[in-house]
Amino acid sequence: MLNTQANLSACDDFYDALIQSHQGLSTEQSHAMNARLVLLLANHIGDPDTLRHALQLARGSAPAQAPVAPERAAITPVAPVHAEA
Amino acid sequence: MKPQDIPFEALRGTGPEVQAIEFPYRRSADQDAATPARHPVVVVGAGPAGLSLAIDLAQRGQPVVVLDNDYRLSIGSRAICFSKRALEIWDRLGVAPRMVDKGVSWNVGKVFFHDQQVYQFNLLPEDGHLQPAFINLQQYYAEAYLVERALQLPLIDIRWHNKVTAVTPRAEGALVSIDTPEGAYQLDADWLVACDGSRSPVRAMLGLESKGRIFQDRFLIADVKMQADFPTERWFWFDPPFHPHQSVLLHRQPDNVWRIDFQLGWDADPEEEKKPENILPRVRALLGHDAQFELEWASVYTFACLRMDRFVHGRVIFAGDSAHGVSPFGARGANSGVQDTENLAWKLDWLLKGRASEALLATYGPEREYAADENILNSTRATDFITPKSEISRLFRDATLDLAREHEFARRLVNSGRLSVPATLHGSVLNTPDVDAFAAPRQVPGAVLLDAPVRRPEGQDSWLLRELGPDFTLLCFGPVPAWAAGLPHVKAIGIGHDLLDPQGLVAQRLDAQPGTAYLIRPDQHVSARWRAPTEAAVRAALATATATVTAATATAA
Repeated sequence: MLNTQANLSACDDFYDALIQSHQGLSTEQSHAMNARLVLLLANHIGDPDTLRHALQLARGSAPAQAPVAPERAAITPVAPVHAEA
Repeated sequence: MKPQDIPFEALRGTGPEVQAIEFPYRRSADQDAATPARHPVVVVGAGPAGLSLAIDLAQRGQPVVVLDNDYRLSIGSRAICFSKRALEIWDRLGVAPRMVDKGVSWNVGKVFFHDQQVYQFNLLPEDGHLQPAFINLQQYYAEAYLVERALQLPLIDIRWHNKVTAVTPRAEGALVSIDTPEGAYQLDADWLVACDGSRSPVRAMLGLESKGRIFQDRFLIADVKMQADFPTERWFWFDPPFHPHQSVLLHRQPDNVWRIDFQLGWDADPEEEKKPENILPRVRALLGHDAQFELEWASVYTFACLRMDRFVHGRVIFAGDSAHGVSPFGARGANSGVQDTENLAWKLDWLLKGRASEALLATYGPEREYAADENILNSTRATDFITPKSEISRLFRDATLDLAREHEFARRLVNSGRLSVPATLHGSVLNTPDVDAFAAPRQVPGAVLLDAPVRRPEGQDSWLLRELGPDFTLLCFGPVPAWAAGLPHVKAIGIGHDLLDPQGLVAQRLDAQPGTAYLIRPDQHVSARWRAPTEAAVRAALATATATVTAATATAA
């Protein structure tokens, strides 16, 4: 279970540092930084159940997308089309 | 076809010689039979899967007819990466040494992002295995060596120029209609195995489908011949300067041929991209403008992950690409096809010899469907990483690659293809679950037995997999118990007695102590293991592994 009780020892300092760390970055660079941050923190947590819980909480009330198996519709298999070079 | 019709020299020849072979049409006596001739096993398709199946069955004493609508080996290099497991199977079939001699062995892969290396992996980081992690070998060579082996086995009857035109399933087999240059004839097959490729005509004739996902991306294969000093490694680039926003894979093949895969994107026009004048600039961008090379073969393809819902349909069985297909970049296509046939061959053999019932054969389906799902899952995940489907997917992909330069954890996330390893058949009904504790998680029931160096008592070095019996093997650490001699179709080997373990690797890999025993299936998968086996336990495990309902198991159920 993800700990959602207050756990940051200096919460205002952390929040400030988070915002500061994005300063001077374009929106695109900030998104990239956030993605790296997610990956770094996820690795630190490690436990898959905790991570799943975090993903659920982060997704919040947005319509839940059940993990659907890829549609197994009838399609014509595509084999490589070979051409003489 | 009779062996004398084929110049054996040509089958061992150069690439152009091998590709020039045209197998002759020979009239079969079956074509003059008043009623369709009956055969226990008819295989459709003389590709890597069909040939491997035929050889395995023939080595077990079963006659096999192989029908192929063509008369040539693979056109183009096509499948080039053959895995350790495929080589272990082909070693049992007598062809691995030739494959490995001709092939390029490799264990190391490198991944680049832009112009920097971010990650390097070794697929076989431990010593003490006969086969390398992979060899690269053009498919036509692999097929030539398989054909050569098949021609040495009188029980195999390969019929080139024999095109299956209709299949009528029956309760006890299938009636097969065949077209030849001299007209049509029919065969009665007790068992029909369709190894006829991704576009399987047999599958279509039965109104069956292979279903799944097609990925909206196109890739160009260019095989170029050149003198180059790239090391014998798999090199994969994400977004390199010479091919921006796409990926590139470089692989060495024998004969100084290099396979280059260029990701093209969905909008690429396959017909345009196949033209040499469009291929050459892409290759030059990678190799440099002065590079000297010749274009050998090119192809444009789309990724797809597909499988049939079931691989066994009464007396018609599907194996290899006909049953399932995966995107490349994992070497999971031909290699899984060969593993299908390994799973099928002994079960069919045991059924035909009356040692087992159709219940055993029926387990081919779930076991290999499970393996196909594993291959499809790995392949799909790699494809999603290589060709991100959304902006956010690409954002995380690039974040992973950025982090991978510095941080070990992110290298594990980089997915340029998870290369083929044999499926561990967790949960197979043929497994006997562990009752004793083992610290060898790689060797749980359902796993392929790991190879290790061994020595025969007279001093000759060998390999564990080479010493296994053709049917079951009971590996006993210490002397073989007296009762083991009475087990049917079991070769009992006392490690330390009948076979020495000079480096201790067998015991180490199997977490064995004195008294430990492993029961190994004919396809070299672990079926059960014990710290102190009893005869009753081993007999029960044998019954389980052959889907045999004994009085004891029936009562227990």
